[in-house]
Amino acid sequence: MKGFAILLLFNLAGLAGHQLLHIPLPGNVLGMLLLLLSLLAGWVKLAWIEASAQFLLKHMLIFFAPTIVGVIVYFGQIGQQWLPIVANLFVSTAIVLALTGWVTAKLARGAEAGDSHG
Amino acid sequence: MTAMDELRAFAGQPLFGVSLTVAAYVAALWLNGRRRWLHPLFATTGAIIVLLLVCDIPYEQYRKGGDLITFFLGPTTVALAVPLYKAIQTMRRHLKAVAVGVTVGSAAGIAASGLVVWLLGGTREILLSMLPKSVTSPIAIEIAGQLGGTPQLAGVFTVLTGLLGSMFGPALLRLLRIRGDLAIGAAVGTAAHGIGTGRLVRESEAQAGISSMAMSLSGIITSVLCIPIYWWL
Repeated sequence: MKGFAILLLFNLAGLAGHQLLHIPLPGNVLGMLLLLLSLLAGWVKLAWIEASAQFLLKHMLIFFAPTIVGVIVYFGQIGQQWLPIVANLFVSTAIVLALTGWVTAKLARGAEAGDSHG
Repeated sequence: MTAMDELRAFAGQPLFGVSLTVAAYVAALWLNGRRRWLHPLFATTGAIIVLLLVCDIPYEQYRKGGDLITFFLGPTTVALAVPLYKAIQTMRRHLKAVAVGVTVGSAAGIAASGLVVWLLGGTREILLSMLPKSVTSPIAIEIAGQLGGTPQLAGVFTVLTGLLGSMFGPALLRLLRIRGDLAIGAAVGTAAHGIGTGRLVRESEAQAGISSMAMSLSGIITSVLCIPIYWWL
């Protein structure tokens, strides 16, 4: 429970940074960066949060489910423009995947010839 | 009041949305254990959507419980700092490769997105709402709003993109012979944000770490890249 409390605290700090200090990053992402910084600086020990973090991460997909179900509200609007929408979802997602993966693999291999970084 | 009306009213109990989601998810995990190709999130949401449509339960009723589940995305996103931290410890010397890969991929994604919608005759509203679709939904919603798109639609497109990238991303990379934790993590995190990362978490901690790094980086980079588009419009 201590780990969960720490995660909530950083989440809250991130939200405060976004809403009160107007930092232009979503509160959740800001909270993640703050926690990363604290881990790197040694202010938070990995052991304090690891069990809670692993549990949440392991089941992370379920937390997206209600938002995706919400797509049903937009079925009508999407239906009118289904061709550009569906084509774009597939095409540009494939392009991002392929290009990001290819460039990263190429550069990593260049930086360290023979490293399979498995 | 008919039995159906009563069921519809009952669905407004937060416990209904929470139980339905958890039950569908547990069933989806079980199914995924037997049929590897069936993505657990696809199965979970598919089952819930079918049930809501068949029983004619409005989304607004389901959402009262659904929101309680969505709440946990906050602390879970924060928890992504853990694999990210471990990845930075072990892959320090490759961080530049990931940063360049994410930048190139994000820029290409925005360009391709605009081009495809324009070529196929999509409306301006759809085009602007789809530009930031590869980044995590809170960032995408904000960018789309700034550009003059519809924030709600942008949210829909990001989750669909995430689901698609999460379902097919690793297979596509395998097909293209793109290998290694760095490349897979960077590609899936950039293309499919948290939903892609959520899949990698179940498969490899190293890939998940790179993926969470890629998703935060691409969120920042996409926000910056969209500034000139905003001026241009």
